[in-house]
Amino acid sequence: MAEEVKLIRTWSSPFALRIVWALKLKGIEFETVLEDLASKSPLLLQSNPVHKKVPVLVHNGKPVSESLVILEYIEETWKEKPLLPEDPYEKASSRFWAKFSDEKLLPSVWTVFISQGNKQEEALVPALENLQFIEEQLEGKKFFGGEKIGLLDLAIGWMADMVSVLEEVTGLKLIQEDKFPLLSAWIEIFADVPEIKESGAPREKLISKFQAIRDAYAATK
Amino acid sequence: MASEEVKLIGYWASAYRFRVEWALILKGVEYEYIEEDLFNKSPRLLELNPVHKKIPVFIHNGKVVLESLVILEYIDEIWKNNPLLPQDPYERAMIRFWAKFADEKLVLSAYLAMCSLEDEKGKAEKITEAMEALERIEGELKGKSFFGGESIGYLDLALGWISHWLPVWDEVGSMKILDPLKFPAIISWMNRFTNHKVIKNKLPPRDKMVVFFQERSKIISTTLTKNK
Repeated sequence: MAEEVKLIRTWSSPFALRIVWALKLKGIEFETVLEDLASKSPLLLQSNPVHKKVPVLVHNGKPVSESLVILEYIEETWKEKPLLPEDPYEKASSRFWAKFSDEKLLPSVWTVFISQGNKQEEALVPALENLQFIEEQLEGKKFFGGEKIGLLDLAIGWMADMVSVLEEVTGLKLIQEDKFPLLSAWIEIFADVPEIKESGAPREKLISKFQAIRDAYAATK
Repeated sequence: MASEEVKLIGYWASAYRFRVEWALILKGVEYEYIEEDLFNKSPRLLELNPVHKKIPVFIHNGKVVLESLVILEYIDEIWKNNPLLPQDPYERAMIRFWAKFADEKLVLSAYLAMCSLEDEKGKAEKITEAMEALERIEGELKGKSFFGGESIGYLDLALGWISHWLPVWDEVGSMKILDPLKFPAIISWMNRFTNHKVIKNKLPPRDKMVVFFQERSKIISTTLTKNK
């Protein structure tokens, strides 16, 4: 049965990358529609009129927005190679930590990287606290999903390349191996998974992009 | 079946706690409710939810589940009678999307509008934001009795605060986000929802809520002004 799976994304959006990973891990064929957020396409505005953001998954003409919602949709539509555990409690735990990643972890890490001087030192406190919570979730596990990659790995996967790019741009080592041994190990094996490895945005491009963002923030002080 | 441990730790004025409680009652699940004083948090709460230190906290046979929408999905997966979520993945995606939308856009705007005692311009902006978000929600009712269709579902529970908390916030904030001319579908849904046999017996007392939110808005308004 011919399926039409389109992913509207930008080259650098970490939220969109989650969806690329999920589709690839499940072996789902899809078409990428690259979006320029400075000049949003009619397709994007039509598919996500509420937020006008990427990623949007369009499956047989029906759009789904919000990356974590899309991941659950993919999981429930294509049941092979499950990303979520069967057990309701383990599922709830994955969902809780995925939410934590988006609502607390990512914003706190981002704040560290766009801040300077004292503000950056202040921003480190919640960021390190949040990283510690995540570090503890890896105890006794190879991936957040256990033996295999799961939804939570995809949700936290932005850490795998974004953090090292941000560390290079700012010269600040946030995820120190002695403080976060499990997270450091996870970043390496996650980045090494073939579907992940082949999907990343070009590193040099990311470095330029984040350098420009950081400079812009410094200029507004 | 052996007796299960089902506990819900909540706060009397919290809509998030009621989401979970409504779900349990709709499914006929026996549970123990434990009140937490959010302004004097117990060691137990800090132990059960060290990340957010918030309620609701749901405990099922020793397992702790947090975040009200995550708890709703957990409850639906454990107790399969009177399902709260539809079966179809696309419909499930839609209700998850709208619940997230309301929690991220509508709740905060409406609450801050209520708390903007000193800042007229800020208040007006927040009211506009809230009404724009509410317009989207109005569109989702599309002539249905409930967001769940003929019966109450996940999205009704997630948006339930609109029916009983938002009118209180409108009163406390001397505003009218819930404009009946703009949102006729929501207004009639509100009446249906709050008159539902399960919901109507499980709502916090309105007069106590008014006093509570009046106090909260004074405190928050002061903080907002100080931080400008």
